[in-house]
Amino acid sequence: MLGLKSKDTTLLVVVAILTLLAPFILNPFPENSALAQFNAGYPDLMQRFVIYGIFAIGFNILFGLTGYLSFGHAAFLGVGSYAAVWMFKLLSYNVVPAIMLSVIVAGIFSVLIGYISLRRSGIYFSILTLAFAQMSFALAYSVLSNPKFNLTNGETGLQVYADDPQIFHRAGLPDLPHFFGLSMRSTYTLDVGGWSFDFNAGYYFCAAIMLVVFYLAIRIFNSPFGLMLRAVKSNQQRLNYTGLNTRPYTLAAFVISGMYAGLAGGLLAAMDPLAGAERMQWTASGEVVLMTILGGAGTLIGPVLGAGFIKYFENIFSKINDGVLHAWFAFLPDGLENALVAIIHPFVGKGWQLTLGLMFMAIVIFLPGGLVEGGKRLGALFRRRSSDETASGETKPAE
Amino acid sequence: MDSFILQVLNGLDKGSAYALIALGLTLIFGTLGVVNFAHGALFMIGAFCAVFIQRLLSLSFLTVDDTKKDFLGNPLKVETPYIEAWFGPELGGSIINWSVPLAIFFAIPVMLLVGYVMERGLIKHFYKRPHADQILVTFGLAIVLQEIIKYFYGANPIPTPAPDALAGAFDFGVLLGFDHNTIIYPYWRMIYFAFAGIIIAGVFAFLQFTTFGMVVRAGMADRETVGLLGINIDKRFTLMFGIAAGVAGLAGVMYTPINPPNYHMGMDFLVLSFVVVVVGGMGSLPGAVLAGFLLGILESFASTTWATTTIPGINQVIIYLVAIIVLLTRPRGLLGRKGVMEE
Repeated sequence: MLGLKSKDTTLLVVVAILTLLAPFILNPFPENSALAQFNAGYPDLMQRFVIYGIFAIGFNILFGLTGYLSFGHAAFLGVGSYAAVWMFKLLSYNVVPAIMLSVIVAGIFSVLIGYISLRRSGIYFSILTLAFAQMSFALAYSVLSNPKFNLTNGETGLQVYADDPQIFHRAGLPDLPHFFGLSMRSTYTLDVGGWSFDFNAGYYFCAAIMLVVFYLAIRIFNSPFGLMLRAVKSNQQRLNYTGLNTRPYTLAAFVISGMYAGLAGGLLAAMDPLAGAERMQWTASGEVVLMTILGGAGTLIGPVLGAGFIKYFENIFSKINDGVLHAWFAFLPDGLENALVAIIHPFVGKGWQLTLGLMFMAIVIFLPGGLVEGGKRLGALFRRRSSDETASGETKPAE
Repeated sequence: MDSFILQVLNGLDKGSAYALIALGLTLIFGTLGVVNFAHGALFMIGAFCAVFIQRLLSLSFLTVDDTKKDFLGNPLKVETPYIEAWFGPELGGSIINWSVPLAIFFAIPVMLLVGYVMERGLIKHFYKRPHADQILVTFGLAIVLQEIIKYFYGANPIPTPAPDALAGAFDFGVLLGFDHNTIIYPYWRMIYFAFAGIIIAGVFAFLQFTTFGMVVRAGMADRETVGLLGINIDKRFTLMFGIAAGVAGLAGVMYTPINPPNYHMGMDFLVLSFVVVVVGGMGSLPGAVLAGFLLGILESFASTTWATTTIPGINQVIIYLVAIIVLLTRPRGLLGRKGVMEE
């Protein structure tokens, strides 16, 4: 279907079903139960799942296929956000031109940066992209927000004000980002028993876009172009010796992944019409690397999983405080309860990044292939238990 | 002319910090071939050694002083540090006052230990893995170390002043025949520069003039052959990792009076130090030191009002700009060796 192999079609369909039913799946616990804080089915978080999913899918096209580790991808996300907010300021709150411009601007940006950075490889490439991203961050933060030429609005962040032109804005349209009149914030809430499910227009808008770009990513992975990128990863020198210039291929991959990042940035602005320089900081670039590695670089579904995983833990772990912990362990004797809470306390709430760092290290150390490889290993283990004779037939590549 | 000298001086202290961190990074890279993203965290841990010693020395107990009253008429509670109670207020007071230099003696063993544990416990397993994996695992470690420090010391910068005797500034202008107060330079920054010079000279002397250093240099050039000669090169490289951690830690300890430490100071320095290493030439120790000072001074020149009015924002981007130009014109950096990290 759609020019895909049957295995990839299944994957796409499964992802499509999961994203469409996400409001149900992510809300498994009733509203008032003690476990309700593990619910992730509220619009804001679901939007971030899919948007950062797009970001990570794009990053994976560069890192997973070519092996070029960019430490400056957040710059494209930030540029996309700024471009989208400028469209809101100048034209109207309609998200379509905003997102189109953010993809185009991020594309141009990545052509410029990629053309220079890709002259080097390995760690030098990482440092060059990092340098460019930090430069963009510093410029957006300081110089580009001077009174004469205020492009980024500095520390406050770029936002839409009442005296902005908005030439296509009319009275009937909502005063928020909208898709031809359909506000991104409009939510239909379905109450079933103790459960409450939110169906948010913005989420479905992002989800639809994510499915489209996910499909594109699958096509890229399976195309001759994708094969060429994989060849670059496994042995670039050999490719050069065969008389092939790899630069156009890597540059194309860089620009594509930059455009994905710009798209994600535009969507972030479309969900909340605000763009700040901190989105471009190198920690944000590090985050997308984490997502991709955590999920499994070079796999199709990995980056999406990783993005969801990190964003989920960021939200859920940071919400757990001592009160919640005490409520969980209330059934234990007092001394034990306090001891357990004291042990867990540094890892949750404000300290969730500690958990994230530990988790990340554990994954790089024990599961270099990320969650996808973990799933495969679990699956293999499961199969071996069910039938012993198949285990011997498994082949492993020689080291 | 006077402003020129002033900018050079201003650049020296930051340049010293860059040079020290870059030196450690290059040592680790040259010996073990590992790209250590946790090096900034080591710098930060060093700085927090100073904070720890300061807190430890000023541990106090409360006494009620009946002779004095506070404004409500209650007896005044007086905090007396144990040190002052034991050694008398004068000696005790000056010990607390000199906590930052004293912290050096605490930081050296701590940093050697941290470096040793890090290398044996984690980095050792990553020699054969790709550079991307090394970057990622040390990046994760840096997050963990940061968060641990944040848990104990909070997120705000902690002021750790220099000893009172060294708090003033030196009037350089008079020495060179300028008017008073044209070129003044804080004593502590002078000390920092001198300290950095001593450490750098020490590391170079250690590598150049001792048998141990000779073996390490041989190992950097050809690890396999040194191993075949029956020398346990891994053990020596582990010690070099410890020394590199120590250099970063000492740079951190001494930097605390210049900039109050907070938990993410390491990351801020790390990015720049990497740029410094790359500009200097990956794997070249003199290159790292040279580029550190050069970029520090360049940064301070770019921060002058003349520069910022001519090209707005130049002070923010100068280092990155230089790095990009250097990488594109001299791919191996200023003093880089051939064949390092070029696969």
